[in-house]
Amino acid sequence: MKVQLAKLAHARSGDKGDTANVGLIALRDEAYPILVREVSGERVKQHFRGICRGDVERFELPNLGALNFLLHESLGGGGTLSLMTDAQGKTFSTALLRMEIEISDEEARKLELN
Amino acid sequence: MKERIRIAAGQGFWGDLPDAPVRQVEGGPIDYLMLDYLAEVTMSIMQKQKARDPTAGYARDFIPLMKRILPACVERDIKVTANAGGVNVRGCADALIEVARELGLAGKLHIGIVTGDDIMSRLDELLSRGVELRNMDTGAPLSTVRDSIQSANVYLGAAPLVEALQQGAHVVITGRATDTGLTLAPLMHEFGWAPNDWNRLAAGTIAGHIIECGAQASGGNCQFEWRNIPNLADVGFPIVEASPDGTFVITKHDGTGGCINIPSIKEQLVYEMGDPHEYITPDCVADFTTIRLQDDGRDRVRVYGVEGRAATEFLKVSISYSAGFKAVGTLVYAWPDAYEKAQAADKILRARLDRLGLRFDHILTEFVGVNATHGPLAGEARADAPEVQLRVGVRGQDRAAIERFTKEIAPLILTGPPAVTGFAGGRPKVEEIVAYWPALIPKSEITPSVEVLNA
Repeated sequence: MKVQLAKLAHARSGDKGDTANVGLIALRDEAYPILVREVSGERVKQHFRGICRGDVERFELPNLGALNFLLHESLGGGGTLSLMTDAQGKTFSTALLRMEIEISDEEARKLELN
Repeated sequence: MKERIRIAAGQGFWGDLPDAPVRQVEGGPIDYLMLDYLAEVTMSIMQKQKARDPTAGYARDFIPLMKRILPACVERDIKVTANAGGVNVRGCADALIEVARELGLAGKLHIGIVTGDDIMSRLDELLSRGVELRNMDTGAPLSTVRDSIQSANVYLGAAPLVEALQQGAHVVITGRATDTGLTLAPLMHEFGWAPNDWNRLAAGTIAGHIIECGAQASGGNCQFEWRNIPNLADVGFPIVEASPDGTFVITKHDGTGGCINIPSIKEQLVYEMGDPHEYITPDCVADFTTIRLQDDGRDRVRVYGVEGRAATEFLKVSISYSAGFKAVGTLVYAWPDAYEKAQAADKILRARLDRLGLRFDHILTEFVGVNATHGPLAGEARADAPEVQLRVGVRGQDRAAIERFTKEIAPLILTGPPAVTGFAGGRPKVEEIVAYWPALIPKSEITPSVEVLNA
């Protein structure tokens, strides 16, 4: 079944120059392997098409049940150069939580999503 | 040696809640108050202030704040670390000395000042010797913006602050020191951590990272069950309760609002994170993948297991340069067809800008209420949206073109689509853009200087 990431994770995002970072944190430990499997850098790049013009890097933090994404060339030049309302990428966090991923019925049961 | 040191965060940025540091001092026991004032472009603002007035160029709010808390700090031996000095550390210290004397604290206060971060006057010499100060993001050499540079400061680490504390400073004022160093230095000083005790230095650095954004670690901007976070009106700022072995607890004063729990700490840990295996500071390289968190009771999270590695041979330089001008204009369109009207207004505006022959490096239209934050991810706009804000920004090198743009917004009210308002503020302001140029410099080029003054 399809499920929105907002059901499985919370997130915080910020900026370094023209790069936005999004830390995606599993709400429950059991959801972390699903995030690792489903939320690849490539999928995130695809999700943010029209927003992220550069590469997407992904880093794993199993100790925190979290993934960190770096979305390069995403903030209209970044910092003071940017004309965007969200020049600091603060709302990229919930933009990522809009993503829908595929999980099995059993996983949904374990995560009490049915 | 003390068994436990409490370091309280009082400011997450220059402009944070003015009373937060006072509440940290008055709300319960602390040993240190840490105040972070400097964002990346703050130095250039301060450089401009100093050019107008040689006694300015530091975080002015720091002085009236210290006036309020200094008597309590002296009485209870609470020490302060602050990067409030900006580009005029000595001017900041002089102003503080004056306040201390007014308060009758003459002879009772030692003020440590850390300088040596400002390399503005050395740039040509450095460039001539082949220190290129290339932009870390783009690879471009600094010579491409040499004539536009407004400030150049090295991020100093904890070491000079430790020295100031060892010389007996009660308040340590720095210029461009790292946020994390303001927390790490007291721990190195109190616990006698060696400058190559990488795991403990990494732990202190991570403690600093967690509290450097103030209440963003204690329930502010926290997504996890945000509705259930109690009493943010009275939010308590975070406090590090550290032990000599490098473990620590993040907590806040009893009776304050907000929350500290594992999700709130995780959110702050990933904030502005790069490669989690290497969080590079002047003091060490911290590995965020080694952090362990444990629930330690109400509003207490224990952090342990942190590992780090040797620091690099470089320091980061924060250079600011003038990069042209920008302006942003807004208008609000009401139901019915608010989005359609805002789009039509944007087309009219752009046609007029074209006819005027104005050239911009960049022009951006956003529709607040439709796509300003999530862009195309927000999906189709609602046809019955009660209102939509048109927001158009332009950026360029030619100030006159940007000025001309600001005169084209208000006329849309009488010469464009109907049911429009929201222009009480007058013409948009033209802003000079001061951009940020991150670079690296060999540590061997920089010698921080430490001095302790008596009030």
